Amino acid sequence: MDQLIFFINKVLVAGTVLGSIYALGAIGVTLIFGILRFAHFAHGDMMTMGAFFAFLLALVFYHYGIIFPIPMGFVVLPVAMAITAAVALGLDKTLYAPLRRRGAKPVTLLIASIGATLMIQGLVRLFFGTGTYSFFDYGETKTILKFDMGWLGGTRPITFTEPQLIMVIVTVILIVALNLFLTRTRLGKAMRAMSDNADLAQVSGINTQVVVRVTWIIAGALACAAGTMLSLDVSLKPDLAFNIVLPIFAAAIVGGLGQAYGAIAGGFLLGFAETLGVFNWSTLFKPMLSGVLPDWIVIPNDLSLVPTEYKLTVSFVILVMTLLWRPTGIFKGAST
Amino acid sequence: MSSLQRAGLLYLGLVVFIVFVGFWQGPANVSLLLLQGAAFALVALGLNIQFGYGGLFNFGILGFLMIGGAAVTFASYPVSKTFWVGDGPMLLLRAFIAFAAGYALVWAARRSDRIGIRGGWKTALVLLCWFIGYVLYRSQIDPAAAYVEQHDGFVGGLGLHPVIGWIFGGILSAVVARVIGKIALGLRTDYLAIATIGISEIIRALIKNMDWLTRGTLTVSPIPWPTPTTVELQKTGVDIASSFLYARGMYLLVLVVIIAVVIFLVQRAYRGPWGRMMRAIRDNHIAANSMGKNVVSRQLEIFILGSALMGVGGAILVSILQIFDPGSYQPINHTFLLWVMVIVGGAGNNWGVLLGSLFIYLIWVLSAPLSQALFYTVSDWSTQLGWGAIPEIDSRALQMRVFVLGIVISLALRYAPKGLIPEVVRREK
Repeated sequence: MDQLIFFINKVLVAGTVLGSIYALGAIGVTLIFGILRFAHFAHGDMMTMGAFFAFLLALVFYHYGIIFPIPMGFVVLPVAMAITAAVALGLDKTLYAPLRRRGAKPVTLLIASIGATLMIQGLVRLFFGTGTYSFFDYGETKTILKFDMGWLGGTRPITFTEPQLIMVIVTVILIVALNLFLTRTRLGKAMRAMSDNADLAQVSGINTQVVVRVTWIIAGALACAAGTMLSLDVSLKPDLAFNIVLPIFAAAIVGGLGQAYGAIAGGFLLGFAETLGVFNWSTLFKPMLSGVLPDWIVIPNDLSLVPTEYKLTVSFVILVMTLLWRPTGIFKGAST
Repeated sequence: MSSLQRAGLLYLGLVVFIVFVGFWQGPANVSLLLLQGAAFALVALGLNIQFGYGGLFNFGILGFLMIGGAAVTFASYPVSKTFWVGDGPMLLLRAFIAFAAGYALVWAARRSDRIGIRGGWKTALVLLCWFIGYVLYRSQIDPAAAYVEQHDGFVGGLGLHPVIGWIFGGILSAVVARVIGKIALGLRTDYLAIATIGISEIIRALIKNMDWLTRGTLTVSPIPWPTPTTVELQKTGVDIASSFLYARGMYLLVLVVIIAVVIFLVQRAYRGPWGRMMRAIRDNHIAANSMGKNVVSRQLEIFILGSALMGVGGAILVSILQIFDPGSYQPINHTFLLWVMVIVGGAGNNWGVLLGSLFIYLIWVLSAPLSQALFYTVSDWSTQLGWGAIPEIDSRALQMRVFVLGIVISLALRYAPKGLIPEVVRREK
């Protein structure tokens, strides 16, 4: 029983948290690819930017001594999401829309988005330096929830933090809301139609300009949610999301670019693959098999599949393998 | 204004700019900037072959630069005193044999359809063999790596001349590029870009964490220069100020010769039938394929060529700085910067790329002191107004160059999408 609890604490919790963040980020990437047909590299930095907006708002609340029962990061999240969505719209209007009007190739837009990455990153670092911040340095504490497993014969509790719990709930809410939007509303259906075939959607009378705007709003809002939740789980720093923009792309590609549900699946797949890859199986097998195996089989102390330093590499290996085995992702994705 | 006049004017502007920077920053400093700029130019020419000639989206430049750097470190660093007499070589040989055995196993499994294993069974067998090979290799390399790290630090070098190290860097990059190209070149545009980024991150993680081979984040220095260094010149009686100029000047001369040879060769290749075929593939690979050109192998060829140049450039970059620090490689400094150079300079035009790489490198480096000066001015001004000074000016100013790079590429895409010196498309009348 203890081994199972250890497994849940080490893999299930960590994998779910990482998977949620990857999934939220990958949805944005995949929607932008579906509608606008280019790989939006600045997505990671939109996540960082959103997290810093949430942090600034939270600072205002802390300053006036207002404390809520749930972590401040989640209270200010809707406002921060709105601000990030507005910035994403502005970015599109000033940077991408003129290029699109000129009929630039998707690759030009990709390079433009690298320009956007550099600008956002430069600005964030200009204002916040290179230090590390935390939402929990201003009077709030990260509550650790423990579930006693004594009634099942376990000696150790199942442990996770309060932000982790709320994070998973928020992710589920956001995904359900997105699902309802995409399947039940006129605009959502228009979005899916445009993702399938932009020209056909336009001649059927869909206002593509509105769809593009809505895409940026959703992508920006979800990026902000993912970034804020990541910074609530670990800490807030200017290169917060730059390091995970590649796994997010991997998740979007594994799920099939342009497929919102594929992105969710890909996000959780990669999140769990990373945590399982570095999980030390020896801690699980050793107590379980200690009396079972003959003496000449010695289980080594380190049985993790890859060393911890290579955690992020797992995603890239899966990405490369997916691209080889099924180049457009598990769910069939779009192509430029 | 003809395109030739435009290019001439731009180069004149660059020279004036360099002279101005020389007066501002001092000749010793500007000579170091030019040295590194020249190494970046070599890498940018490699990217120009891949993107400008062949239309390939290689966003894994960082990986090739690191391979070049590791290669020159291995080739030209002095021989380790302890490693070759200890058990290290034997253990590493065993790890290599394990690797070879694993490779052979997978190779055999992939051909298992010849003995009647097909479909899902074959896939399962291949996966199983991958796993067995991996476990076999890990079981040998882990103790070997631990032994070498504990006894010798790392394997040391071979003590060869740095120029041999550069060539070795190019060859190693070419070999790796062949493997990557075989895997990834079937992908188009965005997918290729992301796949190469992913692969370069794998390479980065490997080189950074293989402490027994590269010393990882502990860094290796000093890596020898091909020409006399400042210290060696000072020993012969040259005074300090001119020793910097002479040493860097000689090194720069070597690089200028290399760049001249490379530009001569790639220009000839561009004008020749080979370049014409590459442009045909770039502009319409379906049409080129139907004309009987082997698109896949041609693209592999150009990918390997460009990557070899990148490897040489990466090796030169490491030997200029005399230190190999795998932790210092960042996608912004070593991949995106190169792309900005090629796009701003003019993809497909070697002279444009050369201009772009020197110009962008100078802007990239100089935007830090420039914004520092700006910040101090604003800070003085705000202090006089009673608003207080700007905190942490130095670290913030260093970050400005990322922002400036972003602005430059956005403006370039908007107002000069074909670059400063665009590719000249000759049309037969």
